[in-house]
Amino acid sequence: MLVLITYDVSTSSKEGRRRLSRVAKTCLNYGQRVQNSVFECIVDATKFRQLKYELEELIDKQTDSLRFYNLGDNHKSKVEHIGAKEAYDMEAPLIL
Amino acid sequence: MKKLLNTLFVTMPDTYLSLDGENIVIKRDDEIAGRYPLHNLEGVCTFGYAGVSPALMGKCAENNIGLTFMTRNGRFLARVVGEDKGNVVLRKEQYRISDDERRSAIFARNMILGKVYNSKWVVERALRDHALRMDIERMKQVSASLSETMKLIRGVEQLDILRGLEGSAAVQYNSVFDQLILQQKEKFFFHGRNKRPPLDNVNALLSFTYSLLAKDVTAALESVGLDAYVGFLHRDRPGRASLALDMMEELRSVYADRMVLYLINKKVVNDSGFVKKENGAVIMDDDTRKAVLKAWQERKQEKIMHPYLNEKIAWGLVPYAQALLLARHIRGDLDEYPPFFWK
Repeated sequence: MLVLITYDVSTSSKEGRRRLSRVAKTCLNYGQRVQNSVFECIVDATKFRQLKYELEELIDKQTDSLRFYNLGDNHKSKVEHIGAKEAYDMEAPLIL
Repeated sequence: MKKLLNTLFVTMPDTYLSLDGENIVIKRDDEIAGRYPLHNLEGVCTFGYAGVSPALMGKCAENNIGLTFMTRNGRFLARVVGEDKGNVVLRKEQYRISDDERRSAIFARNMILGKVYNSKWVVERALRDHALRMDIERMKQVSASLSETMKLIRGVEQLDILRGLEGSAAVQYNSVFDQLILQQKEKFFFHGRNKRPPLDNVNALLSFTYSLLAKDVTAALESVGLDAYVGFLHRDRPGRASLALDMMEELRSVYADRMVLYLINKKVVNDSGFVKKENGAVIMDDDTRKAVLKAWQERKQEKIMHPYLNEKIAWGLVPYAQALLLARHIRGDLDEYPPFFWK
């Protein structure tokens, strides 16, 4: 299934900036960065729980927030892209 | 059934593949040409001489991601294999069978039966769909003789006889293969199989798709814990994945040959994409190779009904399903190995 992850991490402190980069790195392990703090991940249910757990451990719930949008298995028709930063399709033939 | 994941093909020269976190990163001239999460991949296949970092090799081995190196023309060079996992009891039984000619023959004959059956249905399908454009008499004849061969195969317990029957079935099938090519006939023709190197366009396509199929079948056999190098019909030879070649027999016509016919008949490839070298070898240019890989990947995503498992699976999982059934039979959980009968 396709999961869209967005986050807001407070960067007013040094700690916060470190958390931000860790959250970004973790998201990148599972999917692709489509915009600055927006990631798209193709994951199964197990991977998704793992990812959620990892992210939850990272953030400070007082100041930061995470949002997961589950777009399901038939996500092709649910995403439309306009403008720069074209993303790749993880499920299409990958030929470089 | 497991899920079919994607395969990454790297056809650009001068690339370097490395690991970053859980991602594979493809670099070219110090620029990142691609970055993909590894958990979405089940194979990485490079053509030409892409370098790979040891860290990535380790990660692929650990996560059962097949990492294969091919030459630009799709000839197999090397594969990265990690620590041997899987079931040693299963493999020992496989070796015992392979050492016993009679038992080997019984295994091999089911695979050959699958091969002949599938060849027959490729011919029958063509007749059904395009009868007006073919020599119907000849095709019917071949189909009937393939049916005859199948009857003979059932009782065989000697490898030599089996090889003979397989050979004659292949001759029959090859004799009408040219008729299955409906488009671009003056540039794409089949006058017999030649290889190392292939000497015409069709043989170049066949060689290339066969090596892709061999790679998939080898990976499938190893993922269920079998030794792809110890075969039944194909005897041991250093560096040859004999069992993969055995299992490929039943899939060649339906998986690879039909792919080649599709590419030609739908004009996905054309003559300008093939280059003839001084020694007569025909090779594909980069764009044609990419087009073939793309079509190959798309075919793998298509769903079919598996005739034995009675389950809808992706075409790309057929080698895996067959490997699983073979392992079950070797282990004694199944009375007989059910070959893949396509219709």
